[in-house]
Amino acid sequence: MEKKNYTVSIYTENNIGLLSRIAAIFLKRHINIESITASKSEVNEVMRFIIVVKVSEEQVKKIVGQIEKQIEVIRAYYHTDEELIFQETALYKVNSAEFVEDLTIQDFIKETNARIVTVTSKFFVIEKTGKRHEIDNLYDKLKPYGLMQFVRSGKIAVSKNEMPISSILEDFNTININS
Amino acid sequence: MEVKTASKEKIIKQAPTTVSGAEAVIKCLLEEGIDTIYGYPGGAIMPVYDELYKYQDKIHHVLTRHEQGATHAAQGYARVTGKVGVCIATSGPGATNLVTGIADAQIDSTPLVCITGQVGSHLLGSDAFQETDIVGISTPVTKWNYQVTKAEEIPEVLAKAFYIARSGRPGPVLIDITKDAQFATLDFTYKKCAGIRSYKPFPKVNLSEIERAAELINSAKKPMIVFGQGVILGGAEDLFQQVVEKAGIPAAWTILGLSALATDHPLNVGMVGMHGNYGPNVLTNECDVLIAIGMRFDDRVTGNLKHYAKQAKVIHFEIDPAEIDKNVKADVAVLGDVKETLQLLLGFLKPKHHDAWHQEFKDMYKIEYDKIINNELNGKKGKLGMAEVIDEINTTSKGDAIIVSDVGQHQMVACRYAKFNQTRSNVTSGGLGTMGFALPAAIGAKMGMPDRQVVAIIGDGGYQMTIQELGTIFQTKVPVKIVVLNNGFLGMVRQWQQLFFDKRYASTELINPDFVAIAKGYHIKAKKVTERNKLQEAIKEMMDSPEAYFLEVKVEQEENVFPMIPTGAAVSDIRLE
Ligand SMILES: Cc1ncc(C[n+]2csc(CCOP(=O)(O)OP(=O)(O)O)c2C)c(N)n1
Repeated sequence: MEKKNYTVSIYTENNIGLLSRIAAIFLKRHINIESITASKSEVNEVMRFIIVVKVSEEQVKKIVGQIEKQIEVIRAYYHTDEELIFQETALYKVNSAEFVEDLTIQDFIKETNARIVTVTSKFFVIEKTGKRHEIDNLYDKLKPYGLMQFVRSGKIAVSKNEMPISSILEDFNTININS
Repeated sequence: MEVKTASKEKIIKQAPTTVSGAEAVIKCLLEEGIDTIYGYPGGAIMPVYDELYKYQDKIHHVLTRHEQGATHAAQGYARVTGKVGVCIATSGPGATNLVTGIADAQIDSTPLVCITGQVGSHLLGSDAFQETDIVGISTPVTKWNYQVTKAEEIPEVLAKAFYIARSGRPGPVLIDITKDAQFATLDFTYKKCAGIRSYKPFPKVNLSEIERAAELINSAKKPMIVFGQGVILGGAEDLFQQVVEKAGIPAAWTILGLSALATDHPLNVGMVGMHGNYGPNVLTNECDVLIAIGMRFDDRVTGNLKHYAKQAKVIHFEIDPAEIDKNVKADVAVLGDVKETLQLLLGFLKPKHHDAWHQEFKDMYKIEYDKIINNELNGKKGKLGMAEVIDEINTTSKGDAIIVSDVGQHQMVACRYAKFNQTRSNVTSGGLGTMGFALPAAIGAKMGMPDRQVVAIIGDGGYQMTIQELGTIFQTKVPVKIVVLNNGFLGMVRQWQQLFFDKRYASTELINPDFVAIAKGYHIKAKKVTERNKLQEAIKEMMDSPEAYFLEVKVEQEENVFPMIPTGAAVSDIRLE
């Protein structure tokens, strides 16, 4: 089975301990998590996890089934990159001395739509949001200038199609109460 | 035996009463109708035990000799009654001793609520005395778990725990309560949990899937049913029997499905799986439609998946969506509670007979009978065999006993030969295969069903894993019958060594103590049988005894269990010798 990048998107109740339950599902199957983001979602009190894994479609389907089985998981989905609008953010800390002397660097910061966040006498911090290859590109360009630190966020994504979480939650309120 | 039942009168609470967290725990148990719990005290759970002392007339606390025993006893209780089993332990080693039983309950879908004490919340995470992260440890083996640090959380969390444990596909839940939360007070009111928004215990039934299933079944030439514990957990035994009879389909059971349909039912064709019967295994690879009901295609059932029922259309009736297509791809997946889906299916089924096809099962049974069963049942093998013991129990119990088996050869023999007329009568550790399960589970089973005969069948190896529960039997006077089939070996492992490891019996021989003397040391009536002509009388004496009874039977040392599907082989390549 062909392995590719799948983004698993999980809507959950906001409860302590759920992260370890979800992580355990990947651990049990020896699946490496490429990136993970947890944040609040569009629905009040509902959290959203976005986890990127490289697996076969059959594997990701089974994982999502196991994740949905967790009591506090409201719904889990999986998507290919084509079904998503996604971004990553990176921060680059670069040595000031090198930076100021070389003017071309200023040009490619503009060209790549990166942004200078902070300037001090010792370093610059540059931020870039974009696709993985764009972030990697800027990394390659900055590397020769004395990249002092580099960090990249997990993937954040929204789907092109609707994910009807609000209506799923409403359903619960009308069906389950006192049934 | 005296099992105290909770008083029927309901305590009506107009205004909330102020109680300690520990007392709230007991009140929650009473609200949930719990009358028997199993456990072991210790520092971090002492406030709850102190309250139990006060509520002795309402809740019967059974002091097991080890916390593992408490979980297995609670499992036995839950498996025969269908109610939630409750066990309770202290923090640290008490809590970790529960883990085997919890894992066993998880894989066999047994509803348990386990309550553990925890160190004071100001000490959490400090490696305090008897602190372990039991919530972390139990996460992969519980359906849900939660740590309570505030007394006022107790009623809601316990209500949720019981709801989660028993609803949908049942399972174990662990609630860890810090000591300060047990001491602190709260205003107690109780409301049973009726739903959790992120939890869907019963998937919505899709009628068109049921119609598709019915069409396939109605047009099948060689349909076969494999049924699992789902039929029992869904309380759908009667409906299931109606389906089997109306559609005239041969039905085979998984080890946990056993007793959902009477063993002697004409359409019951035996057990599938590694040590199952010849016919149902071979014919799995010949049927045209395979109808799996409340079973999960465990690898012990399917053998090599590459060669499992490839020719058949597969219909899977299942409550847990994560089980669909997990091991075997379903052509039709009928999600839902079997009680609902089988009822709907019944309406669409055409009455049928499949006599020629059914005859194929009978022919294969004849082969198995001549090669194996006849020799095993009718003492043609020289020394006393395990099957003869089970058969003798069948004769005296007339198929009405609850049989609790441990893990090993004797388990396979017990499941192959035991006869059951009633559901919830076969209690065994299926998914985890936990040695040491049977003795404590039998205690719970007998307490859950005091009017029925409960017989534990145990190997000499597994018996010694929880042998200390003889103390619990002695103290509670629970009249269970214990049969140890002593072959002087860890028999099942020895069988594998013989067949696949060149007879190198590495660490499988057991030098055993005087089991009868040990039982007598616990003041339990005991006897040993070594000869065939003494067996019948001994079993009769045991079964007639109104008290607990221990019977050791010396059996053939190097007997093997056949049929057998070797690991990696196809179900149809099952070996008869
Ligand atoms: C706790 C545990 N440890 C190890 C095993 C592996 N195991 C499976 S069957 C078996 C042998 C059981 O021997 P015995 O209880 O004497 O029963 P017999 O097979 O002889 O009937 C062993 C060691 C197990 N299932 N459970």
